Amino acid sequence: MTIRENYVVPKRFNMIAFTLMVIGLLTIVGLYATHGSKEDPIAQARFWGSLLQNSVYFLLVVNAAMFFICATTLAWGGWQMSFRRVTEAISACVPVVGTICGVILLLICFGGNHEIFHWTDTEHVKHDKILSFKAGFLNKGFFAFMTVATIVLWSLLGWKMRKLSRSIDETPLNVEESKKYIWKNTVWAAVYIIVFSLTVMSSIPWLWLMSIDAHWYSTMYSWYTFASTFVAGVALITLFVVFLKNNNYLELTNEEHLHDLGKFMFAFSVFWTYLWFSQFMLIWYANIPEETTYFKPRAQGIYSGIFWLMFIINFLAPLLILMRRGAKRNYTTVTFMALLIIFGHWLDFFQMVFPGHQKDKVPMMLWDFGVALGFVGLIMFLTGRALSKSPLLAKNHPFIKESVIHHT
Amino acid sequence: MAVQKFITGNFYDEAVLFPAVKKVRRGGYKIHEVFTPFPIHGLDKAMGLRDTSLHTAGFIYAITGTATAVGFITWALTVDWQINFGGKPFFALPAWIPITFELTVLFAAVGMVLTFCYLCQLAPFVRKDHFNLRSTDDTFVLVLECTDKTNDAEAMSFLQSIGGQDVQVQYKETGWWLGRYDKDTKRFERKAEAAH
Repeated sequence: MTIRENYVVPKRFNMIAFTLMVIGLLTIVGLYATHGSKEDPIAQARFWGSLLQNSVYFLLVVNAAMFFICATTLAWGGWQMSFRRVTEAISACVPVVGTICGVILLLICFGGNHEIFHWTDTEHVKHDKILSFKAGFLNKGFFAFMTVATIVLWSLLGWKMRKLSRSIDETPLNVEESKKYIWKNTVWAAVYIIVFSLTVMSSIPWLWLMSIDAHWYSTMYSWYTFASTFVAGVALITLFVVFLKNNNYLELTNEEHLHDLGKFMFAFSVFWTYLWFSQFMLIWYANIPEETTYFKPRAQGIYSGIFWLMFIINFLAPLLILMRRGAKRNYTTVTFMALLIIFGHWLDFFQMVFPGHQKDKVPMMLWDFGVALGFVGLIMFLTGRALSKSPLLAKNHPFIKESVIHHT
Repeated sequence: MAVQKFITGNFYDEAVLFPAVKKVRRGGYKIHEVFTPFPIHGLDKAMGLRDTSLHTAGFIYAITGTATAVGFITWALTVDWQINFGGKPFFALPAWIPITFELTVLFAAVGMVLTFCYLCQLAPFVRKDHFNLRSTDDTFVLVLECTDKTNDAEAMSFLQSIGGQDVQVQYKETGWWLGRYDKDTKRFERKAEAAH
C-alpha cells in the first residue's frame, strides 16, 4: 500500500476558511456597530459576551485535542496512532486561538464594562458581602495571571508534545530507544494532564465562565464544562479524520478507528448529560434561592428553549443515533453527529454566558453564529496549515503497528 | 439428543488458523465451530458468523427497565400514596431519574447475562460433549460437520493439507444433558492409568 504522507492543502479548503473568517470579522464589526459601540452597558456586554462565548468555546475545543493525545499517551494506547497527526494539527491551533481568547478576556476584565464580570467593579464589591468574601479569588490580578499562565502553559506543553512526536520522523528507533521514547512521552503527557486538571478541570471555567454569575457557584461546573468541550473536541477530530479520508489520505485509518471515535462521542455525550443533570438535580432538590438563581432564567425563564433543545441534541440524539454499532462505523452518520455535537455544545456555552447579563431578552443568536463561523474558518486554516507541515503518519512511533491491526 | 459425525483438527497458530478457515469455507465444507481458549479478533468475521443480536435484546431489556421504574414510581407517588417532599410536585421527575437509570442498567445487565447463558446453553449441571479438552487450554480446534455424503478420508486429508494436526473423526453428542463434569471421571481415570 502506498501511503500519501504529505498533505497538500487544497485551494478550495483555504478559500472556504478565509471566506468564513471574513464572515466572522464582518459579523464582529456589525455586532460592534449595533451593540458594542452603544452607551448602554448591557448592549456592550452583548458584544463582548459573544466574543467571550466563541473564543473560550473554540479554545477549549482545540485544546481538548491535546488532552486526547496526552490521555491516550498516559494510557499507553496505540489505536489512535494512525491519525495522531490530525489531533496534533488541531492542537496546533491553541497558541493562536489562545492569544485571541486571552486578549478578549483581558479586555473584558480591564475594560470599563462591569456587566459581564461584575466582580471587576471594585466599588460594588466593597458593599457586596458575597463578592468581597470571594475577592481573594475573583480579582483582576489573579484573573489576568491565571489567564496568561494557562494559555502560555497549554501552548508550551502542547508544542513540546508535538515536537516529541515529530522528532522521530526521520530516525527509526530500536527497542531500547523505543522504551525511553515512550517513557519520555509519558512523563510530558503527565505534566500536561496535571496542568490541564488544574486549569480546565477546576479553576479556568470558574474564572472565565462561572464568574459571570459571580454570586452563584457550583463545584461541578468545571467538570461539566470539560465534558462539554471534550466531546466537541472528539467530534472535531472525527470531522478532520473523515475529511482526510474523503481526500484519500490516512490509508491506515479505517472504520475500526472511526468506531472508537464514535464510541468516544457516544460515551462523553452521556458523561456530559450525567454532569449536567447532576448539577441541575442537586440544586433543584435543595431549592435554595441563592443556588436556583442560575437555573431560573435557563430552565424556566426566557432561555428555556435553548435549555431543552440542548437536552435533545446533546443527549437524546447521540444516545439513540450513535447507540448502534453500524451507526458508529458509518461515515455519514458519524459526520452528521459530529456536526450536531459541536453545534449543541456551542449552544451549551451560549446559555452559560448570556443569561448572566442579558436578562430581559434572548440575544439574536445569528450574530453569535456568525462569530462562530469566523472561528471555524480560523481553526480550518490553522489545522490545514499544521497538517501540511509534517508527515500525516507518525510512522516510526513504537505503537504504530497496534493502530494498523486495530480491531474493535 | 442426537449423535453426529464430525472431523476435528488442531491448530496452534492464528496465522495458520485464519487461512485454514477461509480455505475450508471456500472448499465447501461446513464449519461446525472453532473452539479457542480465548477470544480471537476477527475470527467471527472470517467464519462468516452474523452479528449477535444480544445488544438488541439488551436495548429491549433497558427500555423495559426504564418503563418499569418510571411507571411504578409514578403510580406509587402520584396515585397510590402521595407524599409531600419539601413542597415538590407529586410528579417530581428529576428526583426519579437516578432510580430510573439504575433500573435501566440493572434490567439490561441481568437480562443480557441470562440471555447470553441461554444462547450459549450455559447453566449449572448442563453437560455438553467436548471435542478436545485442550481447546480450553492451549490449542484451537476446528470442527467440520459431516453429512452422509461426506467422504471422510478426503475431508481429513484436506484438513491436514491446510495445517490441521491430529485430524480425527469423532462421534459427538450435539445437544446438552444434565450431569456434572467433576463426577464424570472416566477421562481422568484413563489418564491416571496411563501415568502408572
